[in-house]
Amino acid sequence: MEKLIVSTSPHIQSKTSTQGIMRDVIIALLPAAVAGCILFGWKALLMIAVCVATTVLSEFLFNLLTKKEQTVTDLSAVVTGLILALSLPAKANIFHCIVGSVFAIVVVKCLFGGIGCNFANPAATARVFLIIAFSASIGGATAPALGGVDLVASATPLEIIKFGSDTTLPSLLDMFLGNRAGAIGETSALALILGGIYLIFRRVIKWHVPVIYIATVFLLSLIIKQDLTVALYQVLGGGLVIAAFFMITDYSTTPINTLGKMVFAFGCGVITVLIRFWGSYPEGVSFAILLMNILSPYIEKLCAKKPLGKAGK
Amino acid sequence: MLKRKFLGNLRLSHHKNTADMSPVRMTPPQEILLPMDQHIGAPATPVVKVGDTVRVGQLVAEATGAVSAPIYASVSGKVTKIENTLRVNGKSVPTIRIENDGEMTAFDGITPPTVTDLDSFLDAVRKSGVVGMGGAGFPTGVKLDFLKKNSVHTVILNGAECEPYITSDARTMTDEADYVYAGIKLLQKVAPEIKKYIIGIEKNKPECIEILGNITKDDPSVSIVPLPLLYPQGAEKILIYNTTGITVPEGCLPSEVGTLVLNVTTLAVIAKYVETGMPLVERCVTVDGSAIAEPKNVIVPIGASVADVINFAGGLKEPHCKVIMGGPMTGHAVYDLTEPVIKTTNAILAFNEKETFGKKVTACIHCGKCVEICPNNLNPTSFVKALKADTVDERMALLEDAHVNLCMECGCCAYVCPAARPLAENIRVAKNSLREYKAHKASLK
Repeated sequence: MEKLIVSTSPHIQSKTSTQGIMRDVIIALLPAAVAGCILFGWKALLMIAVCVATTVLSEFLFNLLTKKEQTVTDLSAVVTGLILALSLPAKANIFHCIVGSVFAIVVVKCLFGGIGCNFANPAATARVFLIIAFSASIGGATAPALGGVDLVASATPLEIIKFGSDTTLPSLLDMFLGNRAGAIGETSALALILGGIYLIFRRVIKWHVPVIYIATVFLLSLIIKQDLTVALYQVLGGGLVIAAFFMITDYSTTPINTLGKMVFAFGCGVITVLIRFWGSYPEGVSFAILLMNILSPYIEKLCAKKPLGKAGK
Repeated sequence: MLKRKFLGNLRLSHHKNTADMSPVRMTPPQEILLPMDQHIGAPATPVVKVGDTVRVGQLVAEATGAVSAPIYASVSGKVTKIENTLRVNGKSVPTIRIENDGEMTAFDGITPPTVTDLDSFLDAVRKSGVVGMGGAGFPTGVKLDFLKKNSVHTVILNGAECEPYITSDARTMTDEADYVYAGIKLLQKVAPEIKKYIIGIEKNKPECIEILGNITKDDPSVSIVPLPLLYPQGAEKILIYNTTGITVPEGCLPSEVGTLVLNVTTLAVIAKYVETGMPLVERCVTVDGSAIAEPKNVIVPIGASVADVINFAGGLKEPHCKVIMGGPMTGHAVYDLTEPVIKTTNAILAFNEKETFGKKVTACIHCGKCVEICPNNLNPTSFVKALKADTVDERMALLEDAHVNLCMECGCCAYVCPAARPLAENIRVAKNSLREYKAHKASLK
């Protein structure tokens, strides 16, 4: 006797899975993680390991305690931990890294219903939380420790531009390669772009989003400061490149439609520039993402495509 | 013509494995089952009694009301039973069981109809028993009636066959291309107001494009539009847009914007009926899929069981599999192999477990792949969200606001979903509940 399988159509499905998408994001973050370890040494590796272990463990325990289905195998907690570690400076206190990771997963993600339900970007929110709560440890940055030099606190290029400093500004080539003060994974634009191209190629993200974000910041800086070099430093400085490819492309916290995603990227660009030039912080990427996260549902609604043949207005 | 973006977004593997296989006529089975709901509309009404002797092509059930179609015997033999059977849509309809006497004697009342004008043509189409052969099953006689109500200027012949595996329309376009053109000529004769005939064919069937192109090359009213390999090209409103640039507004029929879509096989069957007088009693069915021993195109007498057809194609390679009637994107899974082939069955596919089941259903990650893929620019997640609203009124208002009625259930959203969410299934529930809700509200007034 035949044992027939019955279900509704469609009877075939694509091979893409949530886990596969998250695996692609992890692969795409590897160049930046490796660059961070080369530039900032063992401390960077330790931070990455601690953040990832903490995010995964907190999601596991949260699901266990709240009797929810276990979701750690979808790898999204790994992505959150990785992005958070990469957006913290090497001088960060390890204990603060743990606090930030727990905050990102439990408060920002799991309490809102877990993957796909959170409205704010976990890594960006945790970073903002850490900057405000532990400004001595998380605020500011560390210069790279190439060639066995000890890690020393140093002004970031954006701080130098905004507040002035004795430190000389790194060359644009150093900015591109990552040899400048900053968070461990945000300094090497080259490594981040490599990962970003992989994500675009794998169709995990749309090219429009990073391109619009970076172009908005570049053009606005150019218009406001009338200086090409300043505009380039604005693009390569701070967490702009990591945000462009890995944070403002987050699925849950950005509009679902392509036009909405583009508007979101543009809005992030405008707010980043406003904060950087006129706010009291030298860097505005995380704040910009959070502000736009709040607007995301409205953007999504306003940017919805017109259904084919839709009647009425 | 202006270059415009074709609608349809999904790239599928075509698996048109049987494209080169001319259909083989199967040995008629011992027994056939003719359910009365082989079309959209009212089920037909049996006109034979248990014990009656019937011949091939003899009327066994007549159309009931305005939207319906007659059904003819596909074998000669004796009516053994007329009983209600449970159909896949959950409805119970009368089904005529005929025992084959093995003679295949043709009914002696078969004479080609005389077609002189539109009325006699429509009469012939209604009598032929033809319904939308691509799978939709709308009675063709009823559809062509719109030629009288609306001024139709363009007839689009659907040769897209965008579902993977199926090649029965492709076989019509290669083996019976003359009948397709004969059908066009019939329409030209009875409905001269139709100025344009467009045949839409997906580019993966170059031989069909070539053969039909050669046959119709001296006819300026016929043109062939090669369609991109983006599912669902064969969906009616998508096909109309991609071949003419005309958008069918919400709630309107294609004929209200001057167009009419006919499946190529439907038209060929009509032309054959006008030539021979033999109504629709058999059709070409593609039998394919990983669990089928010998994939082939089979000419099946309507009413033969799925098991009969599969046995003719060498049987199932493994007993634990999924058998589908129709294509893998929109067809329905068969729960009992005694289910009969009906007029709209263009394929019988069988897949092993691995091919149809793989991904675990997980939470929606809001990735937007379903929104991006929807050929009708709908947002599938909005329907799912609407279904979660607190009250029925709220739910229905949200569904209407999201235009769930525009969904044609092509299945693209469910196909691409990385979380394997049952989107198509949810939408079907949403559409049905909205329809029933509206009917209920209307009945209260």
